[in-house]
Amino acid sequence: MKPAPFDYHRPDSLDEAAALLAELGDGAKVLAGGQSLIPMLALRLACFDHLVDISRIDALRGVERRDGTLWVGATTTESAIGADPAVAAAVPLLARATPLIGHAQIRNRGTFGGSVAHADPAAEYPAVVLALDAELAACSAAGGQRVIPAAQFFTGLWSTALEPEELLVGARFPVWSGRCGFAIEEFARRSGDFAIAGAAVAVELDDGEDRVRRCAIALLGMGPTPVRAAGAEAAVTGRPLAELEPADVGATAVAGLADVPSDLHGPQSYRRRVGAVMTARAFAAATAEAAARPASAGAGNEAATSG
Amino acid sequence: MAEWQVRMVVNGQAVEQAVEPRLTLADLLRDRLGLTGTHLGCEHGVCGACTVLVDGAAVRSCLMFAVQADGREVTTVEGVAADDGTLSPVQAALRDCHGLQCGFCSPGFVMTITALLRDNPDPSDEEIREGLSGNLCRCTGYQGIIAAVRHAASALANGG
Repeated sequence: MKPAPFDYHRPDSLDEAAALLAELGDGAKVLAGGQSLIPMLALRLACFDHLVDISRIDALRGVERRDGTLWVGATTTESAIGADPAVAAAVPLLARATPLIGHAQIRNRGTFGGSVAHADPAAEYPAVVLALDAELAACSAAGGQRVIPAAQFFTGLWSTALEPEELLVGARFPVWSGRCGFAIEEFARRSGDFAIAGAAVAVELDDGEDRVRRCAIALLGMGPTPVRAAGAEAAVTGRPLAELEPADVGATAVAGLADVPSDLHGPQSYRRRVGAVMTARAFAAATAEAAARPASAGAGNEAATSG
Repeated sequence: MAEWQVRMVVNGQAVEQAVEPRLTLADLLRDRLGLTGTHLGCEHGVCGACTVLVDGAAVRSCLMFAVQADGREVTTVEGVAADDGTLSPVQAALRDCHGLQCGFCSPGFVMTITALLRDNPDPSDEEIREGLSGNLCRCTGYQGIIAAVRHAASALANGG
């Protein structure tokens, strides 16, 4: 047995899980799918006295439409998200990010909440959550439920705004309608590896002149956390597509980044170039998809997708 | 550290064991149940040799604690062939297409391909490559394995 010994807890309800986390404090770690946690335990990169397995709590699992948003429960597996037509229709970026995560065997166990709470800077779901300004719901025994905006959630390398006694319950995604396009592009040395760099892009065009009404770009692998390319977003918003060169958008996106990592895969300068190219490709794909949608009021994204 | 009493069905047989929580499903299968067909290569989720089916889904048994499989149905490579030893269409195709050399990775490939073809009976070449990307083989160069998937798909389409 490779991991260090730990005590295992398997609560049946959210209240029970929150009570356990309150009682066990720092010595406890939440176990969902375990696809990041178990390798870390096996390699003894991490060690906990207690694991709290939340995978059997029914209330944490599943995807549903709620008041014009899409709710994704924390223990919904990546496979389930990838196969759910409601996700593909309402939040295409989330659906398109899913096949890029690990391998099929990983996605069968790995969960949405596990990926977000683990907060690897090169992971796909954290970048999607950040790009779309999802609202993350957390709960604790003492504080009850609270909502954390994605922009405040990722605080550092593998660090989040969650308190030790808090549990991620799920996320609420806004549903973009109108002439929208979505794309995620990443580069990894081998299939299933964490990406060296990547970008998730969501864009909406106005009806008349193909001007960019809004644009969200999140970069992954380009710092200690996923990061929004706010400068590039501002540079394209309000401008007609015909004036925008994807390569320029990519270059702007990586221009101001402070903490681009340098490692065995390559120096900072290489990662910047890869990040710029991935952003350019994702921007080109997202804008092409949006531009191909008919410019008529009320032709929502979902209508176009399902029709 | 408190042991847990776990019950599961492995290859159709009910199993009950007291386990330390840190015992992986792979170690339970191999060391407690003697099902050494499930191979352990990397033991941290990279190589795919330990792939088994849990409630039908292909998963890495080194990345799952036995206690997490409590109440589940597990199928290992020992549970794939018919009771009389007749190879499954996937196993037969791997043999016929030279889809193995040393055989270390083969149990993982058999399980992955079995789940892949159940969910997608007529995969494209790209879907086959994507579907197999979580399993490493150091001998074959993969061409024989990919041919075996195609062969097994047509065998299954023709009634096995």
